Amino acid sequence: MAIRIEHLNYIYGAGTAFEKHALRDINLDLPDGQFIGMIGHTGSGKSTLIQHLNGLLKGTSGAVYYNDKNIYEEGFEMKRLRSRVGLVFQYPEHQLFEADVFTDVCFGPKNLGLSKEETESRAYEALRLVGLKEKYYKVSPFELSGGQKRRVAIAGILAMNPEVLVLDEPTAGLDPKGRDDILDQVAKLHEEKKITVILVSHSMEDVARYVERIIVMNKGQVMFDDAPRKVFQHYKELEAIGLAAPQVTYLMHGLQERGWKVPADATTVEEAAGAIIEYLQKS
Amino acid sequence: MLRDITLGQYYPANSVLHKLDPRVKLAGTMVFIVSLFAFRSAEAYIGATLFLAAVIRISKVPLKFMLKGLKSIIFLMMLTVVFNLFLTRGTVVFRLGFLAVTEEGIETAVFMAIRLVYLIIGSSVMTLTTTPNDLTDGLEKAMRPLGKVRVPVHEIAMMMSIALRFIPILLEETDKIMKAQMARGADFESGGLIQKAKNMIPLLVPLFISAFRRANDLAMAMEARGYHGGEGRTKMKPLVYRGRDKIAYLLLLLYLVLMFLVNRIGFFAGLI
Ligand SMILES: Nc1ncnc2c1ncn2[C@@H]1O[C@H](COP(=O)(O)OP(=O)(O)OP(=O)(O)O)[C@@H](O)[C@H]1O
Ligand SMILES: [Mg+2]
Repeated sequence: MAIRIEHLNYIYGAGTAFEKHALRDINLDLPDGQFIGMIGHTGSGKSTLIQHLNGLLKGTSGAVYYNDKNIYEEGFEMKRLRSRVGLVFQYPEHQLFEADVFTDVCFGPKNLGLSKEETESRAYEALRLVGLKEKYYKVSPFELSGGQKRRVAIAGILAMNPEVLVLDEPTAGLDPKGRDDILDQVAKLHEEKKITVILVSHSMEDVARYVERIIVMNKGQVMFDDAPRKVFQHYKELEAIGLAAPQVTYLMHGLQERGWKVPADATTVEEAAGAIIEYLQKS
Repeated sequence: MLRDITLGQYYPANSVLHKLDPRVKLAGTMVFIVSLFAFRSAEAYIGATLFLAAVIRISKVPLKFMLKGLKSIIFLMMLTVVFNLFLTRGTVVFRLGFLAVTEEGIETAVFMAIRLVYLIIGSSVMTLTTTPNDLTDGLEKAMRPLGKVRVPVHEIAMMMSIALRFIPILLEETDKIMKAQMARGADFESGGLIQKAKNMIPLLVPLFISAFRRANDLAMAMEARGYHGGEGRTKMKPLVYRGRDKIAYLLLLLYLVLMFLVNRIGFFAGLI
């Protein structure tokens, strides 16, 4: 179930003194089952773009196709699209409202009109998938820590069984362990359920470890869209727009400059270590 | 979607009107409104039109924005016009069934419509050229004499400026929460009245929690910086009248006098 975006533009506050052209001529193909990272500087339009994927924002011009159907066409079932493309927002506080965690996670499936049994079994399944301990199921969501709240928020979307899971900065404000936990969990989800995952983030390091494709946003435009190792080749350009390639990219390029014959396109520490050891053994 | 509702729709531009002391603009709006209702003659309306046109020109705000405020009163205006048209006694011009349209009725209806439109545009000029903060500052200073009779002027002004500051923040927050819940299949549009009210719960709970948290944080931040009410408090940018403000007051006075004369003895005679 693929999403295709064609010539999408979006202007906030069109026709007022505070017009903001947030997206410019976006063209993207998001096929099934990919694990995609979306990176960009603050205000580059990432959150704006992903809200078009489930029709929460309607492009000022251009089109979005879901399974080759134009979602802006009359009679398109927007509500169904929203259950197929699950969007977890930046702040879990914006969606938690029920008296306890379990009931909150039930909200989504209940809105789909499922039976009580089906709703509850989906909620259990979702909470298990995000790795929240059972003792928290009956606790008020407002008493949880930041990382736990985020898990509940993700579970709230997962319980709707989406085919595409979009996460807007799921690691903002978490400590390194909390961050790794959540990202590992998401990667496992991708493996287990074979769903498309789009991970929005500021940090190349985070994204490089998990994703197979990176979309770099800059000033409302797609700047790069490629495999991580290809994107990181442009580390100088990335720096110019306030981003950075992972540390190992710099290390490998530095070694190359000193005459070491190592490949410069390693994206993770493990890969880089392997390449260096191989080089040292050869020489 | 919610952003379309703007309160205090300031339009940033670099004009003399933007720079004027808010008290002058408050007084100017008052003078203009008084002139609309005190002087009732075709000549006086010509004068008011010229004045308004000049002010709009000076403000550098596109006319489009001035006219936006009119949308909200279209219904009220139609109602006034219709009532005045059919319910005024006098010389009958023509009849529509049992309703009679009179000469006097047409005249009143036209004048009422003009008044309402000018009233809205006149106050829009003020809100478009003055930031909400300046406006409350101006009000506080203008109402200061009331402090002598124990009206808590400073507290009222502080509450007003905090409220004004929070309206856009809360609107934005509402927008975000609505989207987050719509992503979970929430429906804020369909259903009967009771169903609709029920559907609001997923919106209202996070909104209230966030509002309380913000209020709490703000109170804490204010106390941490030593806020203890208005007594002995000074301003970073105190309102002081400058040359242009005095000129503006003189122009306002001139406008009133001219309008008075025009209304009494006719347009051209009045101007001479
Ligand atoms: N509701 C809104 N109204 C008006 N302008 C907005 C609104 N939301 C975002 N913008 C503007 O649109 C641009 C893109 O914002 P967006 O939130 O998509 O950026 P982002 O890449 O998600 O940034 P961040 O990394 O900080 O979350 C910014 O310049 C922002 O100021
Ligand atoms: Mg964002």
